[in-house]
Amino acid sequence: MLEIKNLHVRIAEGNTEIIKGLNLSVAAGEVAAIMGPNGSGKSTLSYVLAGKDDYEVTEGEILFNGESILDLEPDERASSGVFLAFQYPMEIPGVPTMNFLRAAINSQRKAKGHAELTTPEFIKKVKAAAGELNIPFDMLKRGLNVGFSGGEKKRTEILQMALLEPTLCVLDETDSGLDIDALKIVSDGVNALRDPLRAFVVITHYQRLLEHIVPDSVHVLYQGRIIQSGDKSLALHLEENGYADVIKNAA
Amino acid sequence: MSIQKTHSEEALGMSLPTRKVESFHYTDLRALIRELPEPVKLADTGGDNYQRIMPAVRLPFYDGQFFADIADELPEGVTVTNGVAKANSTDINDAIIGMNAAMHGDAILIKIDGDGTSEVPLGLAHVANSNGATACFHRVEVAKGVTAQIIDRCVSGSNINHLSNSVSELTVGEGAKVDWFIIQQENEDASRLARLDVDLAADSELSIFILNAGGKLVRQEIKIGVNGENSNLAIRGVNLVGDNSHIDVTTILEHNVPHTNAEELFRNVVAGDGHGVFQGQIKVAQPAQKTDAQMACNTLLLTDEGDFSAKPELEIFADDVICAHGATVTDIDDEQLFYLRARGIDEKTSRSLLIKAFVDEVVEELETSEIMQDALTSIIDNWLDENI
Repeated sequence: MLEIKNLHVRIAEGNTEIIKGLNLSVAAGEVAAIMGPNGSGKSTLSYVLAGKDDYEVTEGEILFNGESILDLEPDERASSGVFLAFQYPMEIPGVPTMNFLRAAINSQRKAKGHAELTTPEFIKKVKAAAGELNIPFDMLKRGLNVGFSGGEKKRTEILQMALLEPTLCVLDETDSGLDIDALKIVSDGVNALRDPLRAFVVITHYQRLLEHIVPDSVHVLYQGRIIQSGDKSLALHLEENGYADVIKNAA
Repeated sequence: MSIQKTHSEEALGMSLPTRKVESFHYTDLRALIRELPEPVKLADTGGDNYQRIMPAVRLPFYDGQFFADIADELPEGVTVTNGVAKANSTDINDAIIGMNAAMHGDAILIKIDGDGTSEVPLGLAHVANSNGATACFHRVEVAKGVTAQIIDRCVSGSNINHLSNSVSELTVGEGAKVDWFIIQQENEDASRLARLDVDLAADSELSIFILNAGGKLVRQEIKIGVNGENSNLAIRGVNLVGDNSHIDVTTILEHNVPHTNAEELFRNVVAGDGHGVFQGQIKVAQPAQKTDAQMACNTLLLTDEGDFSAKPELEIFADDVICAHGATVTDIDDEQLFYLRARGIDEKTSRSLLIKAFVDEVVEELETSEIMQDALTSIIDNWLDENI
């Protein structure tokens, strides 16, 4: 489903290269965990997948369902099925969360040639999904993420994912800032979306998240490249021994 | 050394301020209106340029002239008299007031002695149907303890090339509560020079809301004499500055007595090569201890060609006061824009969502009816659809 080949990325303003020849393939139905020390390029990878123009791809290819997405705008990528759950979801005062959800759902439906949801259909859908994630419906009448706690923001990201039904979900440190209860709710939300037709790229620092969202593959990102891949036991190994020996073996 | 008078100055028999006059530094009136259009003598009451936006007791003005015979029935306690003396309390040196006195037009006195407009507002409904210059003067007196709502709205037909001058005086009696709305929707060739002078008595509350959503050259002056203790004043506004337009809002607050509160908040959007101006002067006289005055002016500048000049000015002679002001000018936040686009919302829609959110906050803060908020929001939405 996702195939990244020899990807090189630098910051658009300046020459700092962050991703330096990254290769990764994730199949439909697979949950791939990306781990790595600070500054290895994990968040950059997530932004590049979503199409943020602060980054420039200088070499390589990102294929999604066999087609390059490098020339697609962020909204086109979203409509084609790519979803990024942000590490730091933006607060947007003055845009009620419900209005935002409606604009997002209907934009994507329009892009796919489907009719817009009617108001009752929309509200019913949101109420059901919000209930699953323990999100009080009244919270969604407030400005998007405004005054939400860290946990509420992350749950709202998962709510958006559930409503938009993407086929490639990229989770950028979704566990950061979550207490144990919130982590459980968020993980349950993600697990409920696991599907043979949907792939996940889960970026995290900690094995803790992977106890809840059990990955099919684990990849270590270091200095802009995947230096080792394995199954879920690799995450346990990293938790116990740190990154030092993996980095040493790769060098 | 004398300089040659412009056509406007000859016609008005007065000189107009240039940018050398401090309060006109950003709006060089002399240069901007060198030619004064011919006065409109016979008002045109035809056409359907005026669309009602909400229920109101409508006082119709066409080309600056009042038409009592087609006015809505006045509620109890409200009287309207045409043909009163103009500008009796105000600053005679002000160019807009001076022009008003020199120009042809009606002068109306409205007395509000009861709560008859507290639910359905009184609407000063100004329509420009003719090319030319028009002027109008209103004096509104709200009696002690009365709650009143007044809308001063002006529209003009497309293709009407006109300059209007409007001077209003408002006295807010002791303990009275007044909501005053200025809704300016002139066409893209029209000029409007307006002034609102207010006398605020003790224990009164005044909320002014200004929406500028049109016009080529607009200057709205507001001067408030805060003359009664324990009075509360809020001035809020949204200035939508379109391509090729110049919109100036200048406010002067004079706190003359102790224990008063004032709050000013403006949100501005500048599109194309529009020029926006906000001048906010707060004067606190020596006796006006315990004044609390806050002023904020935030601008979204959407292009490199547009500009916005904000000049807050505090003159404080009392030592126990709280006065604060802040002005910001920003572009749309790229991170917010990316967030919306990453959810599949196209760039244009994302941008207009963010712009709307920025200005809607001011409307949401208004303590007014839902019907009024909806009317204001729909004017804003229409402007954004046409100009962004």
